Amino acid sequence: MAATQVIYTMWLREMKWFIRAKSRMAQSIVQPFLWLAIVGVGMSSAFTMPGGTSYLQFMAPGIIGMSLIFSSTMLGVSVLWDKQFGFMKEILVAPVSRTHIMLGKALGGMTISVLQGVILIFAVGLFGFWPPSVIALLQILVFMALVSLSFVSLGLAIAARMEDPIAFPVVMNFLIMPLFFLSGALFPISMAPAWMKAAASLNPLMYGVDGLRAAFLGTSQYPILVDFGILLMFFVAMILIGGYLFKKMKA
Amino acid sequence: MKNSYAIETRGLTKKYGDLTAVNRVNLKINPGEIFGLLGPNGAGKTTLIHMLSTILPPTGGTAKVGGSDIRKNPDSVRRAIGIVFQEPSLDNRLTGKENLDFHGRMYGLAGTQREERIKEVLKIVGLSERAGNLVQNYSGGMKRRLEMARGLMHRPQILFLDEPTLGLDPQTRRAVWDQIRMLNTVEKVTIILTTHYIEEADYLCNRVAIFDRGRIVELGAPKALKDALKGDIVSLRVATPEKFLKVLQKAPFVKNAKVVDDSLYLRVDNGERAIPRLIEIVAANGGQVQGANLSRPTLEDVFIKHTGKTIREEKPDNRVPFGPGSHWRR
Repeated sequence: MAATQVIYTMWLREMKWFIRAKSRMAQSIVQPFLWLAIVGVGMSSAFTMPGGTSYLQFMAPGIIGMSLIFSSTMLGVSVLWDKQFGFMKEILVAPVSRTHIMLGKALGGMTISVLQGVILIFAVGLFGFWPPSVIALLQILVFMALVSLSFVSLGLAIAARMEDPIAFPVVMNFLIMPLFFLSGALFPISMAPAWMKAAASLNPLMYGVDGLRAAFLGTSQYPILVDFGILLMFFVAMILIGGYLFKKMKA
Repeated sequence: MKNSYAIETRGLTKKYGDLTAVNRVNLKINPGEIFGLLGPNGAGKTTLIHMLSTILPPTGGTAKVGGSDIRKNPDSVRRAIGIVFQEPSLDNRLTGKENLDFHGRMYGLAGTQREERIKEVLKIVGLSERAGNLVQNYSGGMKRRLEMARGLMHRPQILFLDEPTLGLDPQTRRAVWDQIRMLNTVEKVTIILTTHYIEEADYLCNRVAIFDRGRIVELGAPKALKDALKGDIVSLRVATPEKFLKVLQKAPFVKNAKVVDDSLYLRVDNGERAIPRLIEIVAANGGQVQGANLSRPTLEDVFIKHTGKTIREEKPDNRVPFGPGSHWRR
């Protein structure tokens, strides 16, 4: 059975779910918008960034990164609802590869996250701050897709090992918070103490935020291709681990 | 081919630590049969079905389902079977039709072929009109029927139904039974169902395996199983039934006697003639019969014969034998 058919089927279902849950969409747009409008505007009056960029400009790619990681990882919860409602049995008894099942779910999650990301680009634009070129826009889209895919896969991998949909967000917050704080979304890692720099360099989200910043501002800590390469490796690792855990998963 | 079974198991076993849920089961099920696994809750029927449908790996033995080995070739097994799980397994946020569409796509049915099959199976289970509604608005019976339709989507050779009428009202149960029979004749699909309802096994199945504590204790056509228990069943309600067991066992017309669920349970040659004499015997020994029931043997009695307990609502402590007096007289 063709892999694309399975992946598309899983993807299609995620889309139907999302379109039918209007509140999810509203919530995921409003929250980062508040971050930009209140925290971003408020902070930018207190801080000036080196090199003449405003704090708002500095933070906008970080807020997009934040929105991506929060929405992406939480999408793993769908696995747990499927287990809860018994639908996972229907999925697992089908004569298809578990890795394809996982890929389909990951692509579905990615689509949702990137859609939200695109809306955020417009939100950032409302603050008078658009991607500088079409190429930059494409780079931003690629990074958004890669960050989403990686963190959706991380969430799916963890969900494969869990049972309780209520406990899932708790566990994920535990993981996401340090990743977010150490991502350079809110302050430049380059000016942080050495231990924090070391910790941040192990954080895949940091490369995502750095890549987004490179595309938006043209200045970043690492070359954009380094950011891209490291994120890509992280994504491949997550898909392999997730695929393996899906294989072992019980309904 | 004459020698190919729909399902063939050899020493199929599933252990969870010390607990043996399924214990060396050997089964041969013919193509086209409606085959029943009858037994109380917790007997291991679902575990057996899950192994046959490749959801659970066995800890011992093997099985061939639709000609493929469940361990070596799980994907071919999955293509050959459809399954309706005991617990609901529908996506409530999709419509009935979308649930079927999902299934069809996962099993590789192409565009128009899939569309037509969806219409077909919806018609078979009588849900064509409600196909566009979200499943969360379906009744229990409708959900059950939709699951059956889904199990049929990819034209499986073998359909597993795990407690197909659990929790349904009697009228809906009848309708589901008729549907199962129709699937068997119209779609020519082999059906393996588990149940703890005596009437269900009796009404539907060509053959029944009586299942208890992970083992098959008896196997045959329902009629043959019942006919093997010759005579009638009389149950007597008395205080302290154990007291009368010995004397009743000595009566020449009593073939078997035991205590089941606080009643005296007797197998006799002729029930109508036996009841007055049984009452006399109890009275002569200082007891009083508070009630008597006469019946033809049912599958329940077959189950009682082999396990010494009833199928329904079994409590864990029922598993303990009643003592030496509770054994069948031979």
